[in-house]
Amino acid sequence: MSETVKKRITDIGPPHYEKFLPPVIKANYGKWKYHEILQPGVMVHVSETNAKLFTVRAASPRLLSIDKIRKFADIADKFSDGFLRFTSRNNVEFLMTDETKIPPLIEDLRSIGHPVGGIGPAISNIVHTQGWVHCHSAATDASGVVKAIMDELIDDFTSMSLPGKLRIAFACCLNMCGAVHCSDIALLGVHRKLPEINHDMLPKTCEIPTLSASCPTAAIRPVTIDGKQTVEVLEEKCMFCANCFTVCPSMKLNNSEFDGLSIWVGGKVSNARTEPRFSKLAIPYLPNNPPRWPEAVEAVKNIVDVWKKNARNFERMGEWIDRIGWPKFFKLTDIPFQKEHIDDFKHAGLTYKTSTHLTQS
Amino acid sequence: MSEEVKTPKLDDLEKGPWPSFVSEIKTAAKTNKMAKDLLGQLEQSYEDKIGHWKHGGIVGVLGYGGGVIGRYSDLPDKFPNVSHFHTVRVNQPAGWYYTSDILRKLCDIWERHGSGLTNMHGSTGDMVLLGTTTDQLESTFQELTAIGFDLGGSGSAVRTPSCCCGQSRCEWACYDTMKLTYDITQHYQDELHRPAFPYKWKFKMSGCPNDCVASIARADISIIGTWRDDIQLVQDEVRNYSKAGLDINRDVVNNCPGKCMDWDGNNLAIENEYCVKCMHCINAMPKALSPGKDRGAAILIGSKAPIMQGAQLSSVLIPFVKLDDEESYKDLYEVFDAIIDLWCEEGKSRERIGEFIRRVGLANFVEAIGLEPTPEMVGAPRDNPYIFYQIEK
Repeated sequence: MSETVKKRITDIGPPHYEKFLPPVIKANYGKWKYHEILQPGVMVHVSETNAKLFTVRAASPRLLSIDKIRKFADIADKFSDGFLRFTSRNNVEFLMTDETKIPPLIEDLRSIGHPVGGIGPAISNIVHTQGWVHCHSAATDASGVVKAIMDELIDDFTSMSLPGKLRIAFACCLNMCGAVHCSDIALLGVHRKLPEINHDMLPKTCEIPTLSASCPTAAIRPVTIDGKQTVEVLEEKCMFCANCFTVCPSMKLNNSEFDGLSIWVGGKVSNARTEPRFSKLAIPYLPNNPPRWPEAVEAVKNIVDVWKKNARNFERMGEWIDRIGWPKFFKLTDIPFQKEHIDDFKHAGLTYKTSTHLTQS
Repeated sequence: MSEEVKTPKLDDLEKGPWPSFVSEIKTAAKTNKMAKDLLGQLEQSYEDKIGHWKHGGIVGVLGYGGGVIGRYSDLPDKFPNVSHFHTVRVNQPAGWYYTSDILRKLCDIWERHGSGLTNMHGSTGDMVLLGTTTDQLESTFQELTAIGFDLGGSGSAVRTPSCCCGQSRCEWACYDTMKLTYDITQHYQDELHRPAFPYKWKFKMSGCPNDCVASIARADISIIGTWRDDIQLVQDEVRNYSKAGLDINRDVVNNCPGKCMDWDGNNLAIENEYCVKCMHCINAMPKALSPGKDRGAAILIGSKAPIMQGAQLSSVLIPFVKLDDEESYKDLYEVFDAIIDLWCEEGKSRERIGEFIRRVGLANFVEAIGLEPTPEMVGAPRDNPYIFYQIEK
């Protein structure tokens, strides 16, 4: 034991990134002058010394086997001197100096099922969460819906014909790992039934004051049932956020019949042109319909198509809606506007229309 | 592996042009029994329309309070090889750069100790090693540290900091995001591995206001590159964009939020005093325009996802700092440490810093950490007259 403990290394942090940078990057770090997109998924960065770095970006499902990662490593050895990186949206990029190797690299990537694209006015992959693959609080799967949507939007990944950038993100519950709440289109898993309280387990597994305090609307009250200290949920106050489940496993919200997903539109994180903003509710609920979630795929496709057809150059989803107004958005997309669209939480009043700037109906 | 798992629903997701996560799981399942049971359990979820993972438990490696997420199947009899299926978060190299050599070493470790499945990468930025048993955690950890890697953060701790590729490849980076990210990660190692905060704490570093790591939407501290002098401008290149078909008035000038540009068909004039550094004109004409030379970053604070009181974007704390050397990093850490101390002292359990600031008020918060209020901190001054005047005694 003591021998093992002595050998243990801790608190070293990640390896220094310099170990993994290609020579052309080390030589031109901080000296890049401009870049150009040469074709979908391929760009060149040119430095002050006129050095060129070519990047080829390929699609990834994020969930990768070590077998696939080794294949990427082999491809990197063959074409990019062993150097590669991953992007903030989970794509893989090969970094090279020899332009002539780009076409055979793209061919090799295609042959193992990884199309090249995702740069410029295109969709650059969907960032997503674990879903049923690995999460306890998921109201829907993530990888499956994402796969089904990207199969449908593949041409917008491998070409550059969109009005502007299209960022789609997917979170399988309201905990929202990742920034889905500021995306052009966000898909969000939702619960719609009250927590199923396990009164036998609850007193053994959860602290009741912590549990009560976890509820944003104070809907959870301590009660005694059959002599056991447990809690009750005030039905009219529950907004299905699942905060209680996060602190207490005996408050199960997952429900095979009523869980599903919602769709939000018009958010962005970039400061370009307009300020960063949240996505707003477009569709309150669509059912879980595995394996391909046709309702969700159709809804996303419809919103993307209407945006493509109507937006001006550079106009992101939210900027386009700013210009045409929400009534027109609902009309053009043929999405019904209903009670759930009107906010009723803390800052609800800020979203009411307080002017007569109303377009022709 | 013996008998084949039947997965009619998942098989459908092997069709189509987008790379399939099902194919990845199936590949791993050929040689790994955990991956095989994962495939079986996932098919069961597709059948039942519900997840089959139980609430996490506390598992980890000696001396650390985080970095491993406990995960247990709720169908352990049917899928015994994923009855324990814990996630290991591995702190990624800044900018997500790798060599083929180091990736192979990581794969070898995960072949020996886990499911052979990964996420490259998780939402926060870590490399995610997806699924192993408790008895494999310590050996996985020791083999990782032997090749220079360490675990990432989880729970109420500093979460693994992440950044865009910054100056390594991008001409727009206004500071060295990878260097700062590496430095912050090293500076906060103790706070990263040993959760002692009211709730999670995320640092995200973006090199310019395009914010490729979405720091303004999901980081407690968002460090976003910007500049304070004039945009660098090459008139001939602007003319080239015009000749190549870009409608400079419609697509660039009319999209300028500062309304500070004018194009007369031959010259682009910029009233830099009113430029808000949004990046649009630079994005549209990267060969003609670039950020100024006096570069640094804006420090924003408090963004988060909805849990608990609703989502927030980060808001400006310090409009501009230079980040040219380690000395400037130290000044930043002094500010961060003052904020963290206050939050640890006064914050409620599971209250992110953004929600804490909303509760106590930005003005009180700024005063408590020793900063002066400035107009850059607000979109507008208050419009309600209920003011808590404090006349000095």
